Amino acid sequence: MSTTLFPFADAAETLDYASTGFLILCASLVLLMTTPGLALFYGGLTRSKSVLNMMMMSFGSMGVVGIVYVLWGYSMSFGSAPPDDILGIIGDPFAKFGLHNMEDIFNGFGYDGYGNVPELAFVGFQLTFAVITVALISGAVADRVKFSTWMVFSALWVTFSYFPIAHMVWGNGLLSGAETSLSSLVFGSTEDGANVAPIDFAGGTVVHINAGMAGLVLALVVGMRVGFGKVPMRPHNVPVVMIGAGLLWFGWFGFNAGSELAPDGTAALVWVNTTVATCAAMVGWLILEKLRDGHPTSVGAASGVVAGLVAITPACGNLSPIGSIILGLVAGALSAYAVGLKYRFGYDDSLDVVGVHLVAGLWGTIGAGLLATEGGLFYGDGIDQTVVQILIALSSVVVSGVVTLVIALILKATMGWRIPEDVEVAGIDQAEHAESAYELGTRAGRLGGPTSSSAREENHDLEGAQR
Amino acid sequence: MKLVTAIIKPHQLDEVKEALEAFGIQGMTVSEAQGYGRQRGHSEVYRGAEYTVDFVPKTRLEVLVDDMDSSSVVDVILKAAQTGRIGDGKVWVVPVDEVARVRTGERGVEAI
Repeated sequence: MSTTLFPFADAAETLDYASTGFLILCASLVLLMTTPGLALFYGGLTRSKSVLNMMMMSFGSMGVVGIVYVLWGYSMSFGSAPPDDILGIIGDPFAKFGLHNMEDIFNGFGYDGYGNVPELAFVGFQLTFAVITVALISGAVADRVKFSTWMVFSALWVTFSYFPIAHMVWGNGLLSGAETSLSSLVFGSTEDGANVAPIDFAGGTVVHINAGMAGLVLALVVGMRVGFGKVPMRPHNVPVVMIGAGLLWFGWFGFNAGSELAPDGTAALVWVNTTVATCAAMVGWLILEKLRDGHPTSVGAASGVVAGLVAITPACGNLSPIGSIILGLVAGALSAYAVGLKYRFGYDDSLDVVGVHLVAGLWGTIGAGLLATEGGLFYGDGIDQTVVQILIALSSVVVSGVVTLVIALILKATMGWRIPEDVEVAGIDQAEHAESAYELGTRAGRLGGPTSSSAREENHDLEGAQR
Repeated sequence: MKLVTAIIKPHQLDEVKEALEAFGIQGMTVSEAQGYGRQRGHSEVYRGAEYTVDFVPKTRLEVLVDDMDSSSVVDVILKAAQTGRIGDGKVWVVPVDEVARVRTGERGVEAI
């Protein structure tokens, strides 16, 4: 969050209605990213026998995380700051449990006046971030995990990985620019905070590195799909993938520009940077595909869009538009290369959460240190910012990696992750949800009679009437 | 009686149908099919992973004909379905013991 100071000193007790309206709209846009944006993007990339399960993993995360966030999530992320939190790592779950003790006026800029919003607007905005971060992980374990285990995982993971990292980066914790942060420890601090404040404008560490690392660990613990590397597993509906990517892009403006928390000059810069970096990443991905595989593909364009959005997320408030183009081009090419690594190393990150979110998230977070117009290495401001960026990126990798491993192993030993092998081959949609996505062929809807008691009775009445 | 089965390229179907109608054939059954012959399949690339698609979409056309018509019907289909490029398909003829029309119960050539 950067600041543009307005002469609002006498408005300390007054809501800033422009910012409030902006934030509520942006929160709604971020919601669109998960349901249905991400659900469609992931759903189209799976095989037709598991598209419903894939979409349900996004909808399921929405349900679980939405509730958890209101109960203890906000409190653990933003409910208390050092020294009232726990070691700068996690906030007190009870300080604002169930959203009690909400302030009428909340200011993300650290002073009163400009940018005054109701704290509940900030809660809503942050809730949507927690939801999509969990949903992002689901792509790594497509087609093969029990829905019940996924729902429990969503609650545990968001509590022990997402809330701590959100608190550390955005809640004045260890990875923030506060006086008590790691950056202050390394490069010193003044009363205003760390000399070199980490840059994570909208969630490179909190959202994308966090989700990408979790995806990698989960893919390793859960194991490969039956037939991985032998059976063709191509995307079953590419137009749906492109619709999903388009909705993600649209919603991402809420994600990035909204993170400014006010509709000001920085928000406008963020909008432009988010657009142009994404365009560049898509072009970067297509160029690499053309050179390597001979064809620029539709799935490649959609994936390049997402890689660009991921990379610009941490950096969008600190780069120039030209810097954003460079960041995006590299992100697209890098991710297009990285999605092939799973075949070489033999882990089944089914929909490339690692290749897209972890790789582009790392690049965006570290690239922000290189390309920031203030403090960036390429702008002659030394290497300090880049070092801090690497520090917060690696911290996120370690926290997410360890926490995910522990949760995944506990769930493996208790509930179990996998559905039976024969069921997986037949298709998870029918086994876990008793539904199929599509009615194919000419016998539409006439494969069997009603089986539930109510349907049977209705049928009976009908027969009676006909007699 | 004979059953003539033709596997053709899907976009040749209209031409074949019109040619058969012009010849005097009054009914046929068409279904979507997948398969390959000398044409083999093709490859597709998704996120850098190459997939070989062995089975190519085809159309299967079935016509019941009187014995004396079968050779001419094959000729009609060949003429209409041929593009000269690989993957044009195949036609074959098998003998049929009995045919019955469900509505009237007619049997044999009457039912064709």
